[in-house]
Amino acid sequence: MNSNKRRVFLKGTLAAGTVGIAVGAGLLAPSKLLAAWPAEAFEARGFDDALQAALGTTELSEGDVSITAPEIAENGAVVPVTVETGLSDVTEMALFAVENGSPLTSKYLLGAGAVPMFATRIKMQTSSDVVAAVKSGGQWYSAAREVKVTIGGCGG
Amino acid sequence: MSTIRARAQEAGGIVTVRALMSHPMETGVGKDSAGNLIPAHFIETVEASVDGTTVMTALWGATISRNPFFQFQFEGSAGDTLSLSWKDNKGESDSAEVTIG
Repeated sequence: MNSNKRRVFLKGTLAAGTVGIAVGAGLLAPSKLLAAWPAEAFEARGFDDALQAALGTTELSEGDVSITAPEIAENGAVVPVTVETGLSDVTEMALFAVENGSPLTSKYLLGAGAVPMFATRIKMQTSSDVVAAVKSGGQWYSAAREVKVTIGGCGG
Repeated sequence: MSTIRARAQEAGGIVTVRALMSHPMETGVGKDSAGNLIPAHFIETVEASVDGTTVMTALWGATISRNPFFQFQFEGSAGDTLSLSWKDNKGESDSAEVTIG
């Protein structure tokens, strides 16, 4: 399964800057006039499918993307996450909680003059990698950060 | 009563917006005290614009936390008016205008 290799790759990028895999061009072009809500991407189960549906690719390059999130989240219902990047020409960003039933939490379409950062709070069902993806110059880059959750927070 | 509380502050040509929205953000798998499933009810889209130009669009799923917090930044000027609006999966919506300070 590709997902195991990808998770190892993403963890590797944290530990020791491994060379990223070349990225195919993103297939999704954000419409800034009418941002249609991507139901398929939010309903996708499993990280591979969520990446494909949300970003149009499962190949993410290592890049200057940083995630601020607690190492241990006491309350999985409210996990604060900040994503920032030093990359330029950023048009979209996305945030995944890999082990959530539906991993895509949110996507961001950057308009005129937007700074490529966002902060929000997400629900995490269980301890998991949080993955931030940033589309820069038409290619997707990502970073991952492990968040341990003591009490899962999706209300199920 | 608005469901959006937001502040927008400019420094060095960059406006930082911190917004708190009042919304249950129900996933659809939660249950009420009687054990019944609470239907999914969550903000799907948040749009921020200045002078009619969209500066940021957030597409959210139900796993954004209840009473969602959102911080973002864009190039802008103090004195301009930021419009913030959200729309949820039931078609409900709200909006607010904030003067950039």
